[in-house]
Amino acid sequence: MKLNALDYMGITSHFSEEELMVQNTARDFSEKEIMPIIEEHYEKGTFPEHLIPKFGELGFFGVNIPEKYGCGGMSNIAYGLICQELERVDSGIRSFASVQGSLVMYPIYAYGNEDQKMKWLPKLAKGEKIGCFGLTEPNFGSNPSGMLTNAKKVDGGYILNGSKMWITNGSIADIAIVWAKDDNEDVLGFIVEKDFEGFSAPEMHGKWSLRASVTSELVLENVFVPDSNVLPNIKGLKGPLGCLTQARYGIGWGALGAAMNLYDIALNYSKDRIQFDKPIASFQMIQDKLVWMLTEITKGQLLALQVGKNKDDGTLKHTQVSMIKRNNVNVARECAKLARGILGANGITSDYSIMRHMMNIESVYTYEGTDEMHTLILGHDITGIPAFK
Amino acid sequence: MKICVLMKQVASEDSPLSISNNIIDKASLNLVTNEPDSYALEEALLIKEKTNGEVTICTLGPESSQQVIKDGLAKGADKAIHIICDNTETMSSLDIAKIITKKIQNENFDLIFSGLQSNDYGFAQLGIIISELLDYSNACLVMGTEINENKLKIKKELENGWFQWSELKLPASLSIQSGINQPRYATLKGIMSVKNKPVDKIDFSELGLSLNAGYTIDEISIPQKSKQTQMIEGEVDDIVSQLTDILKNKIKVS
Ligand SMILES: Cc1cc2nc3c(=O)[nH]c(=O)nc-3n(C[C@H](O)[C@H](O)[C@H](O)COP(=O)(O)OP(=O)(O)OC[C@H]3O[C@@H](n4cnc5c(N)ncnc54)[C@H](O)[C@@H]3O)c2cc1C
Repeated sequence: MKLNALDYMGITSHFSEEELMVQNTARDFSEKEIMPIIEEHYEKGTFPEHLIPKFGELGFFGVNIPEKYGCGGMSNIAYGLICQELERVDSGIRSFASVQGSLVMYPIYAYGNEDQKMKWLPKLAKGEKIGCFGLTEPNFGSNPSGMLTNAKKVDGGYILNGSKMWITNGSIADIAIVWAKDDNEDVLGFIVEKDFEGFSAPEMHGKWSLRASVTSELVLENVFVPDSNVLPNIKGLKGPLGCLTQARYGIGWGALGAAMNLYDIALNYSKDRIQFDKPIASFQMIQDKLVWMLTEITKGQLLALQVGKNKDDGTLKHTQVSMIKRNNVNVARECAKLARGILGANGITSDYSIMRHMMNIESVYTYEGTDEMHTLILGHDITGIPAFK
Repeated sequence: MKICVLMKQVASEDSPLSISNNIIDKASLNLVTNEPDSYALEEALLIKEKTNGEVTICTLGPESSQQVIKDGLAKGADKAIHIICDNTETMSSLDIAKIITKKIQNENFDLIFSGLQSNDYGFAQLGIIISELLDYSNACLVMGTEINENKLKIKKELENGWFQWSELKLPASLSIQSGINQPRYATLKGIMSVKNKPVDKIDFSELGLSLNAGYTIDEISIPQKSKQTQMIEGEVDDIVSQLTDILKNKIKVS
């Protein structure tokens, strides 16, 4: 069995048979069930909700969480490969899976008690319940430690007040993992259910990026959250940051998927398109661009593979995740520009996926830690000097 | 209900093809499960789910064919039989049927499913010959199945868009028309379960069969693409009647 994806360095042998089967299934499914419908959803600005139970059935939510909770119990590399295949089609689809698996299921698994895990994880894994993750606020993006959302301790629970912004899946979610500060200024995590009084999640409109993904505000007005919905095993910003490390890891693989799709489109087009009586692929300047894409994607792949191995054997540093997120998203962003140019006028149409990828990548570049923030995280790591404060 | 699904590994349609000495270079091929067989597997899995049955995949082919088995087990088959044989290319359908029959004759399968044909050599005979050898009832081009208390009803495709429902006695061997269902995807759970499912592996030489000579391949060639233009000349009425004849009977515009 082979990797059914761009593989210039022949890295198939680094994957287990199961991982290869997962990649093949994810490719097959994305190609047949998502690729044909994505452009229309993108134009209309809708998320293809009918895919949710199918993803659940396939096991794409909570891939790397134990089987005991109805989840995949597979490796982080398998999870990465699924992200790659989903984002090869569209970053918005991958975003849905990232949020559900890494930002909602992971905190319940890592910081929740047994009751919470048993109550939510199997349903989230099947896609019967949908989750979202509320960290960012209108005035606090890169600097979440300044958050204003507040949780006041009362008898039997907390009263939450505040608002969150740019929340993926917000309006379609059954539960929101909301991060808020208690009276001691400690960040706590809450499972806010959609019908809790005082909670609403209006959808945000006017996005030119990630159009096939729902983005919302979360409004919390005196929302009572019972003690049983507080994540008991975490306090402080390391809670949400721990989730982000999971999701960013998936983005590192996902961005490669988008880049691979861009490369494939550009390569095929350049071989077919005749100018000056020759395929444009015969011109050196076109070849230069294709080779740049191929080489950068291949380097990114090796990086993702090693980070995946580190994550699987427990030696991962979160700064390594910053490196793949930053690098691979940049690769995809550059590939979008190069592929766009290679296709000439056709490059701007929806007949090819390039503009969609190009616009999507702008969100991916910003969310889950902007490119700059990851640069500063790595800078801090190697110099010992935090430059963001 | 015990169901056996015959599945084969073939070259994918977009495989690069290189031929030397009338032999297709196998190393360069991209090998996949024969697509028609996935409809047979899906139909078997649907019946399994309805009747609490058991599905066994059987494949005859080289070591690499284990991928077909793994894919099938990941989709929900319960076990598999792998008859290892490196060179099935020059075996006749009769020989292949004899080998498979020898191996499965004592398994008492209620149903044996095969795909319509294999996408490589396309003989479309195996299911029929096996039903003859095992004295099973048989139907080809099966478009639908209904099982009720051990009664088997099948819908068959006839010529010209006609269908026929008929009742067959069990046990039966059916070849399944492509497109009759929507083959499922392997789930992560299914993929994880593969390692715990039994695969009965046997080399075909151990079956102790004396086979007919099979056949020899005289020539394999890649079809030449060609365009031919036919000029129709004559009086207008003549041209029209010739043209309508071509459209009706050659191109079959309906
Ligand atoms: C489509 C989409 C979906 C999203 N989904 C979610 C979600 O589900 N949940 C969630 O909580 N959030 C989500 N976000 C929010 C996202 O995480 C934030 O947008 C991101 O963290 C950046 O915050 P900001 O937009 O406020 O930018 P700012 O923090 O205002 O940054 C603006 C610019 O300043 C730069 N900058 C800021 N500080 C520094 C510094 N110290 N040094 C150098 N440069 C700096 C940034 O890099 C950036 O270029 C989403 C965003 C988008 C676009």
